[in-house]
Amino acid sequence: MDDERSTPQHEIEPVKPALTPLGTPPESPIRSREGDIIHTAPEFAIAEADVRSAEAGEFVAGTSLWKDAWRRLLKNRLAVFGMIVVFVVAALSIIGPSIIKKTTGYAPDYIPPDAALIKSFPPFRAPDGAFSWKHPMGTDIQGRDLFARVLQGGQISLLVGVIATVVSLIIGVGYGAVSGYLGGRFDNLMMRIVDVLYSLPYIILVIVLLAVFRRNTPLGQLVLLFVALGSVSWLTMARIVRGQVLSLKNQEFVLAARATGVSTLRIIFRHIVPNTLGPVIVYATLTIPSVMLTEAFLSFLGFGVQPPMSSWGTLATDGIQNIAVFPWQLIFPGVTMAIMLFSLNFVGDGLRDALDPQMRKG
Amino acid sequence: MLRFIIRRLLITVPMILVVITLTWGLIRLAPGNFYSGEKNIPKEIEANIRAKYGLDKPWYVQYGRMLGHVVRLDFGISLKYEGQSVNKIIMSSLPVSASVGITAYLLALVLGIVIGSVAALRQNSIWDYASMALAMLGISIPNFVLGPMLVLFFSLSLYWLPPSRWQGFASRNIILPVLTLSAIYIAYIARLTRAGMLEVLRSDYIRTARAKGLRESQVVIRHALRGGIMPVVSFTGPALAFLLTGTVVVERIFALPGLGNYFIQAALNRDEPLIIGIVAFIAMTLLLMNLLVDITYAFLDPRIRY
Repeated sequence: MDDERSTPQHEIEPVKPALTPLGTPPESPIRSREGDIIHTAPEFAIAEADVRSAEAGEFVAGTSLWKDAWRRLLKNRLAVFGMIVVFVVAALSIIGPSIIKKTTGYAPDYIPPDAALIKSFPPFRAPDGAFSWKHPMGTDIQGRDLFARVLQGGQISLLVGVIATVVSLIIGVGYGAVSGYLGGRFDNLMMRIVDVLYSLPYIILVIVLLAVFRRNTPLGQLVLLFVALGSVSWLTMARIVRGQVLSLKNQEFVLAARATGVSTLRIIFRHIVPNTLGPVIVYATLTIPSVMLTEAFLSFLGFGVQPPMSSWGTLATDGIQNIAVFPWQLIFPGVTMAIMLFSLNFVGDGLRDALDPQMRKG
Repeated sequence: MLRFIIRRLLITVPMILVVITLTWGLIRLAPGNFYSGEKNIPKEIEANIRAKYGLDKPWYVQYGRMLGHVVRLDFGISLKYEGQSVNKIIMSSLPVSASVGITAYLLALVLGIVIGSVAALRQNSIWDYASMALAMLGISIPNFVLGPMLVLFFSLSLYWLPPSRWQGFASRNIILPVLTLSAIYIAYIARLTRAGMLEVLRSDYIRTARAKGLRESQVVIRHALRGGIMPVVSFTGPALAFLLTGTVVVERIFALPGLGNYFIQAALNRDEPLIIGIVAFIAMTLLLMNLLVDITYAFLDPRIRY
């Protein structure tokens, strides 16, 4: 879920600025009753009007909610810094290992056949102790290039973070939207279930799940991780979406859609859910680092990614074994991971401030 | 209030049941068995083992027996630590986890509230930015990276503190585990306190307090802080769950014989009675603590009535 992608896409949208007095919904949804083409733009206009009401009077004609949010995001220096770091680290993780292989000949899993090279060199040191550009992060205990391994580990860590977040997004949005839209007894029951799940020590269940279902194939373990992490991190998402849906479902555009005979499922997922996008994006951005942290935690305990795959978590864990002699083996993966999480958190916080001015403190 | 407590206690029972059943189901659904890790066992011996541990009975009998253990709060004998009862293991490892966990949480409360209040009182100053960046750092550094780094620095470079081993609560060995564990709480609590304080500092009753001429220190300590730390109080529930994952890591890093360490071993060994026992114990503790938090909340904020 990179922010570069979401913004241009919304600039294309034919969003009409809601230049109506505060509080009263814009007239567009009512107009759409005439045609049977179901509106997407007016829905955004309503969301827009909602947000606008917070900054009474100071809006500029012709900007959309997303443009506004983007502008606010760019003003937030920490968030911009975070976005740049996330972008650079992600790009390096994806293309880095193959570049390193081309330039120095070290693939991430290349163990040098020369026995003299099968030991750990400090950063920027050649085997004879002289300065060398070959291993900017040194090598690991088997002589593999740590820089290449950290970048490749980044691929897995980011993959786990993103996919588990997508899983939690699908479950959480679906659950929350249905619960909020149906309301009444269903809502009560569904939210009570969430409350119950909330207070469960879920991490314990995840550990039991991963321990007893341990796969022998690395890929199988990875899929298990996606499922385990995704299925425990959707709860907050469900609550957020439900709250949004509750406040949206009595708006005129929903009434209009219902009057034109749109099915309930279609109303929920085509008309209401797109309007909850703001908070969902914010929360999803904040879920990625927390999932990555959990993955690292599980890898540390030996339940996470299995060799030959490696993530930042497993690399750092390997580094801990030799910390007294080869501290860089812990420091590089650990610090890379911390920087990435740090930046993702800043992006998430920045997005929240940008998309949800009511939440902004100070 | 009493009715609220009773109702909450009544909800707690099915919740623990759900946790136990899920755990038991997971262990049973997974392929393999606790003895299957060892080399190929002849059929007859396997049948003997199954008979000894009651695995030859239908699943509902086994489930019922497991529930019976939980209800009586007597979790049986561990499968791997032979001859040791699960209750004994829990009772011997609990003090280790609890002393590290509680000390870390208290430290985090004090430091977090102080840092958060300073950040809120000096909003948008260099203090504010610095402490919030530091807090974000605390949230972002995985504790299993932080712990070894502290060891590297304080034990292996400066030789100030021992790197590991448990020698009871009142020893220097506890300092590094507590620091490692508390880092993330300090960060969370500082952020929560700051947000809470900022909101409170703008409210009418603070203006009233100032208007009637109270000294600033009085306004902050007697009035603002009380409202400002409400988010921190409600964080206690999730914090306990965090504490759990945190202690697991810290106990592994510093080789402490705590509950978390035993739990990981039990999960790896598929030591069913020990897993069920620890899970049940943790679930009960968590739910009871959450109840306590809610009650505290009502006392601190007179607007809340159950």
